[in-house]
Amino acid sequence: MYQFVTGPLAWFAFAVFFIGIIVRTVWYIRGLNWQMDRVAYRPHMRYGIRGAVRSIGYWLMPYGTHSWRNNPFFTLLVFLLHIGLLLTPLFLLGHNVLLQERWGFSLPTISESAADLLTILVIVSAVFLVLRRIALTEVRIITDVKDYLMIAVAVAPFVTGLIAHYQIGNYQFWLILHILCGELFLIAIPLTKLSHFILFFMSRAQLGMDYGIKRGGMKGKGLAW
Amino acid sequence: MAEGKLCNKKTVDKIEQLNELLSDKSGKQYYEEMNYLDVDDKALWATMQKTLKSRLKTWLEICSHCGLCAESCFYYLANDRDPKQVPSYKIQDTLGQLLKRKGKVDNEFMQYCMDTAFAKCTCCTRCGVYCPFGIDTGIMFSYLRGLLFSQGFTPWEMKIGSGMHRIFRAQMDVTTEDWTETCEWMAEEYEDDWPGLKIPIDVQDADILYTVNAREPKHYPEDLAEAAILFHIAGENWTVPSEGWEETSLAMFAGDWAACKMQVESVYDAMKRLNPKRMVVTECGHAYRATVIEGPYWAGLKTGQTPIPSFHYVEWVAEALRTGKLKIDPAKKIKEPVTYQDSCNYIRNAGLKDVAREIMSYIAEDFREMSPCKEHNFCCGGGGGLNGIGRYRPQRNVGLKVKRDQILQTGAKLVIAPCHNCWDAIRDLEEVYDIGIRWSFLKPLLISMVEVPEHLQPKDE
Ligand code: SF4
Ligand code: SF4
Repeated sequence: MYQFVTGPLAWFAFAVFFIGIIVRTVWYIRGLNWQMDRVAYRPHMRYGIRGAVRSIGYWLMPYGTHSWRNNPFFTLLVFLLHIGLLLTPLFLLGHNVLLQERWGFSLPTISESAADLLTILVIVSAVFLVLRRIALTEVRIITDVKDYLMIAVAVAPFVTGLIAHYQIGNYQFWLILHILCGELFLIAIPLTKLSHFILFFMSRAQLGMDYGIKRGGMKGKGLAW
Repeated sequence: MAEGKLCNKKTVDKIEQLNELLSDKSGKQYYEEMNYLDVDDKALWATMQKTLKSRLKTWLEICSHCGLCAESCFYYLANDRDPKQVPSYKIQDTLGQLLKRKGKVDNEFMQYCMDTAFAKCTCCTRCGVYCPFGIDTGIMFSYLRGLLFSQGFTPWEMKIGSGMHRIFRAQMDVTTEDWTETCEWMAEEYEDDWPGLKIPIDVQDADILYTVNAREPKHYPEDLAEAAILFHIAGENWTVPSEGWEETSLAMFAGDWAACKMQVESVYDAMKRLNPKRMVVTECGHAYRATVIEGPYWAGLKTGQTPIPSFHYVEWVAEALRTGKLKIDPAKKIKEPVTYQDSCNYIRNAGLKDVAREIMSYIAEDFREMSPCKEHNFCCGGGGGLNGIGRYRPQRNVGLKVKRDQILQTGAKLVIAPCHNCWDAIRDLEEVYDIGIRWSFLKPLLISMVEVPEHLQPKDE
C-alpha cells in the first residue's frame, strides 16, 4: 500500500497537478482577447507588465493594499494559511528525505518545530476562516458547500500529517491517509477553485494590465491598490 | 417568439420607432410588454459561448466568496449592509446562474437580471479594486447589460438612448443644424461681453478639437459659451466639428455595443476630417470613458487609442493653469471650504486623480478631500445611467446616501463636480436630502476667478 501511494499514485497526482496548472495557464492566456477585454495587451506590453507586477506585488504583500488593511484580522489569517500551505509541504524534512530516496533530489529543509508551528497555524487559521464564514452575514450569503469542501481538502493533509507525526493511534493508517489527502489536494488544485493557486496570478496580472494600459496607467502614477 | 411592439429584441434605427417609444409615457406599455417577451435561449447561449472567455469565466469560477468586496460597494453600505447587495452575490446570482444554466432561463429571471444590473450596480468598478483576485464585478455587470440588451431586456430610457445614438449620433435628438445653430447663437449672445468671441466650426488643423455632451447644446447652452470664453481667454486655436461632436454614450450604459461603435466612429471621423492636433472633451466622465478609453476597442483600433491624443477637460484646465494661459486672480480664489467629486469614469478608470488636485491647488484656499477619495472614491450614486431611469429612481435615491455622508463629513458647502452624471446626482441628493450644499462644474467657477487680459476686456462706450 505504502509503495503504491508513494509510487504510481504519487506520480499520477504530480502529473495531474503540473499538467493541470500548465493547461490552466495556457487556456487563460489563449482566452484573452484584446478587443473583447478591451485592453491593448500587445502594443503596450511595457505598461502592461508594469501594471501586472504592481497588481501582483501589492497584493502579495501582507497589508500592502487598502483592502488588506481594511480587514486586518482576515488578512492575517489568509497570509498565515497560505504561507503554511506552501512552505510546509515543500520544505518538510520528511518529504525531502522521501524525495531524495525516490527521485534523487531534495530541497532545503526547515526544522521540525518550525514545521509543527506552520501546520498548527494552518489549522487554526482555517478554523477561524470557517467561523468567519458562518458568523458574517455578508460572507455567509455567498458561501456554498464547495467553499467548505475546499478548505477541508486543503487542510486535511495537515491534520492527518500532524496526527501521523505524533503517532497518535495507528501510524501506518494515518500516514497513508495523509499521503492520500496530499495527493487529493494536488489533484484538486487544477480541477477546482483551488486553481487560484495559479489563476490568482493570471487574474491579477490581467487586471493590472487593464489598469496599466487602459485605465490610466499610461497617464498617471498607476493605481494605488 | 413573443415580441412586443415597443419592447422587443430589435434595435431602434428609425425615427418612427423612436417616436413611438417616446410617446409611451414612462414606458408603461413598454414594461407591460416586457412581461411577455420571450427569451431566445439559443441565441443567448451562443453569444455567451463566443464572448464569455477566460477573464470573465475565471472571475466567476475562482471567486472564493471571501466577502471583501462587500464594503467596497456603496449600494451595500447605503442599504444598511444588506447581504443581497454584496457584489459577489449580485453577480453570482445573475451572470453566474446564466452560465450555470447555459442560458436556459425564463422571462422572470431576465427581468431580475435587468433589475440587478441597473438598480444594484452602477458599474463603478470600485469592488474590483478591493478583491484579492481582481474580480471586477462592474465589468461583469456591464457585460451582462449587453446580454440583456440583445434579448430586449433593457430599461425604457436605455432603449431610447441607444436609439438616439443610432439615429442622431447623439444621446438626444440634436441634429447637425441644431448643434451648429446653438454654437452660433451662443457666440453671438456672449460677443458683447467678450469681444471677438467665436465658436469656430469645422476649422481644419486646429490645435484643439472640442467635443461635448449633447445635454449642453440641448439644455445648458451656456456651458458651451463658457468653454468658448475660457478657450478665448487662454488664446487657444480651437474648433468644434459640425458632426461627431457628441462624446457621451447611453449605448454604453445600455450595452448596445453596435451603437457604441457607431457613436465613437462619428467622433473619430471628425478627427480624421479636420486633422486637429488633439481633442479635449467637456466636463463629463462617462463621455470621456466611452470615447477615449473604451471607444477605440469598439472601433477596432488595435493601439487602444483614439486617432489623435485625447484629453479630459480637467487635463486642459490643469495645463492652462500650469502654463499660465489661464491666470487665477488670487483675490478671487475660492475661500470657503470646497470639496471635489472624483468621477469613477475619469479618475478610477482613467487615472486623472493628480490632475484634479493640481487644479484645486490653483483655485481653492481650503480644499477638503472626501474620504475615501481619488481612485478609491465612491460612485456619486448616479453612474451607469442610473440618473435617467425612472423605474429605478427609488433605489438610486437610497444609493445617494453614501455620497451625501461623504460630502457632509468634509464640512464643505461647495462641491466641484466636473462630470455631468456626478453633477446631476449631487443636485438630486440636495433635492432629496436637503443638506444645504451647492455644486458646480469648473467652467463657471474659472470664469469668475480668472484674470482677463487687457485686450480681451469689453471696451466701455
Ligand atoms: S472580494 Fe473577490 S473573491 Fe472575495 S467574494 Fe468578492 S469577488 Fe469574490
Ligand atoms: S461596480 Fe460599483 S456598484 Fe457595482 S457592485 Fe461593484 S462596487 Fe457595487
